[in-house]
Amino acid sequence: MAIAEQDGNASGYAAPETNYINNGYGLKSWLLTKDHKRIAVLYMISISIFFAVGGLFAGLIRLELLTPQGDFSHSDTYNKLFTMHGVVMIFFFLVPSIPATLGNFLVPIMIGAKDLAFPRINLLSWYVYIIGGTLGVIGILAGGVDTGWTFYTPYSSTYSNSNVLIVAFAGFLAGFSSILTGLNFIVTIHTMRAPGMTWFRLPLFIWAHYATSIIMLLGTPVIAITLVLMMLERAFGFGFFDPRLGGDPVLFQHLFWFYSHPAVYIMILPSMGVMSEMIACISRKRVFGYEFVAFSSVAIAILGFLVWGHHMFLSSQSTYAGMVFSVITFLVAVPSAIKTFNWTATMYKGSIVYNTPMYYVMGYLGLFLVGGLTGLFLSNMGLDIHLHDTYFIVAHFHYIMVGGQVMGYLGGMHFWWPKISGKMYPEALGKASAVLVFLGFNLTFFPQFVLGYMGMPRRYHSYPDEFQILNVASTGGASVLALGYLLPGIYLIWSIFKGANAPQNPWGAKGLEWEVADTPPTTFNFESTPVVTEEAYQYGPIEEH
Amino acid sequence: MAADHVDHHEHHPHGLAHQFEDMAQQKESVLLGMWSFLITEVLFFSGYFLTYLVYRTQYPVAFAEGSHELDITMGAFNTVVLILSSLTMAMAVHKSHEGSKNGTLGYLIATFILGGVFLCVKYVEYSAKFEHGLVPGLAWHPHGEHSPQLALFFSLYFGMTGMHALHMIIGAGLLIWLLVKTAKGTYTAEYNAPIEVFGLYWHFVDIVWIFLFPLLYLLGRH
Amino acid sequence: MAEHHNSPTVGTYLAVFSALMVLTALTVWAAFQDLGPYGDLVAMVIACTKATVVIVFFMHVKYSSRLLWLFVGAGFLFMLILFAFTMADYASRGWLGAPSSYYLSIQ
Repeated sequence: MAIAEQDGNASGYAAPETNYINNGYGLKSWLLTKDHKRIAVLYMISISIFFAVGGLFAGLIRLELLTPQGDFSHSDTYNKLFTMHGVVMIFFFLVPSIPATLGNFLVPIMIGAKDLAFPRINLLSWYVYIIGGTLGVIGILAGGVDTGWTFYTPYSSTYSNSNVLIVAFAGFLAGFSSILTGLNFIVTIHTMRAPGMTWFRLPLFIWAHYATSIIMLLGTPVIAITLVLMMLERAFGFGFFDPRLGGDPVLFQHLFWFYSHPAVYIMILPSMGVMSEMIACISRKRVFGYEFVAFSSVAIAILGFLVWGHHMFLSSQSTYAGMVFSVITFLVAVPSAIKTFNWTATMYKGSIVYNTPMYYVMGYLGLFLVGGLTGLFLSNMGLDIHLHDTYFIVAHFHYIMVGGQVMGYLGGMHFWWPKISGKMYPEALGKASAVLVFLGFNLTFFPQFVLGYMGMPRRYHSYPDEFQILNVASTGGASVLALGYLLPGIYLIWSIFKGANAPQNPWGAKGLEWEVADTPPTTFNFESTPVVTEEAYQYGPIEEH
Repeated sequence: MAADHVDHHEHHPHGLAHQFEDMAQQKESVLLGMWSFLITEVLFFSGYFLTYLVYRTQYPVAFAEGSHELDITMGAFNTVVLILSSLTMAMAVHKSHEGSKNGTLGYLIATFILGGVFLCVKYVEYSAKFEHGLVPGLAWHPHGEHSPQLALFFSLYFGMTGMHALHMIIGAGLLIWLLVKTAKGTYTAEYNAPIEVFGLYWHFVDIVWIFLFPLLYLLGRH
Repeated sequence: MAEHHNSPTVGTYLAVFSALMVLTALTVWAAFQDLGPYGDLVAMVIACTKATVVIVFFMHVKYSSRLLWLFVGAGFLFMLILFAFTMADYASRGWLGAPSSYYLSIQ
């Protein structure tokens, strides 16, 4: 197998004595670092903690839904459970997941820069994220919040008796942190590319992050102002969405989804970038239709801003506006399909390497396909009346956001782990985790499509008896899924202490981060600025065999 | 992928951060960064402007009543003050490009004072609204048949001008920091990006007011 | 983006300032005239003109690269998208004859 040979070939690799990890010791050298790689590691640790917290809430939700009666939690407690699950997972895990970790680590290296354009702002974004996260945790400990992660008015602004203000402010800060990350990426990609690194030589990971950053810059401020308006209304009794003053709660939904729909593309585009890198490497081929894949990222980002009304088909939005939103929503399928087709075309007749990243790629393609196609059901206005606010929706967005982004996050984490940590992980366990995640995920969420189609509404802690069998299947699947997520956490940490030293380029992959940067990279990434002389992904099929 | 390498620059100009190759790249990045931030600010304020647009089209009468409650003299005076401060800010940037430390310092101080004048006038206006019971939620007395919609107008008035004033206060804080650095002689004809970038922010705050003034004080006046 | 931008002169700044003052006076004057439905339009056209002047001259966009024009344009374009699609909803509510529940509640 090609990988084994690569390991053998590269065993003579002499890693530099000083790299970004051992260049300075002690907590202070990490907490005050301006090195994008160390900040990525800080993000990685904090994001993993929030993923565990959000996962805990998910576990409690599934435990409650094991039986039709509301026997484990009170309905108020259940409202808080799903709200906190959503808030933690979306604001503190999914949005920063790939951009702030893999993106932070790889964007400067992939384009041949010493660091991001604004290292101090990068560090600031982590601190803002941590302050927001701390406030969120305080809000949870003080009794939680029960509005749903969407904070819909007038419930959030007037009626809810939970900690809306502090948790909404935590979300505001998380948004601010993601604006800073996006700003840094946009400027870095524009101005810091190495000589010869033209736009069409950029790895597709960079294109995906550029598109993500567009959304972060243009969308996030709108959720910020929306939360500010809601908080002003709640705190001071100002009226912006108050029907008693003639205000319109649906206006809140317009403002909210202007960000939050594009934001679901923040939660998928980066993983598409990860996939493009991994698919090219495991197929030993240039990505088929590079330009189309690159532009489809930008197209998804821009189209994403034109479809938010499909969240409001049943919110007394005008039917005509709904029709326009529905049609444009269907259009999003086009760039998404371009990506999927081009990935499979890349793999076609490639010399495919069966390693852990490849398992994650295959899992991703399957889950994203199901998630994307069920999105077409929901963009259909007529059908959406039936499926709105049912478990069909829940299953759909989990297929995209968890099946997509988390598969991309874990797959990318395996793919670049040797570069990040300088260690190899146990290959067999890696494959096992990918299979567990794929099986557990489908067992958890596929029954929810059926449940939703049968009419089980989301956000209730009890349900009719006939839905129990599918809910038990879903809860069982969630246990498998949890195991699948736990496993990489254990063996990746194990590998830091006990794993074999990684060679410079264990997969024989193309790209500056593999071919030029050391393993682990040095503090300024490159000894001298690299000059790029060829396109991305110039895999020669012969040399590996 | 990489065939050969470019040598690192040996000399290290004053004010050049380690991640940049040269001053031109640094300046380009810093300007682009500030403009990216200002774009987020445009979209941040657009949430207010959209809310205003939606309700004004629905309740034009109540909103016209609202404009009549505002003091047009103070609003116009503040507009002049703020545009003047934009001029002094532009001049400060101009002087910093020339490398004139005292000129920069003088115009920055003028900008700071004008910003202070603006905020003082705003304070006087706010106090009057509290006295007249025109602050929704905090000090509100019913005002005629359009009272609920008038409350929407004043919620927007305080929300928009308050957020604008908050930006002014943050700007004034940054100005103090710039004044100290300028006085210390940190900025030269070659390295003055912080002043230029702050100027962009200040002008942006001015632009927000250019829209707030007609929307809140003028529409429906005649 | 790489080319050095040549700053405008002090004369330009003073001319821009004077123009802004004249426009401010004009918009206050116009506010007291009965322009019927065009009053709002006039005020907004003047405000947009003033903002454009500030962006182009005080903020040096005139002397900057095409990339900066693109950035500035994108910001305003997406603001317009937000306005246009939301207002399209409000404008077309009730077209079906039966007013939506929201309109019933305010009438």
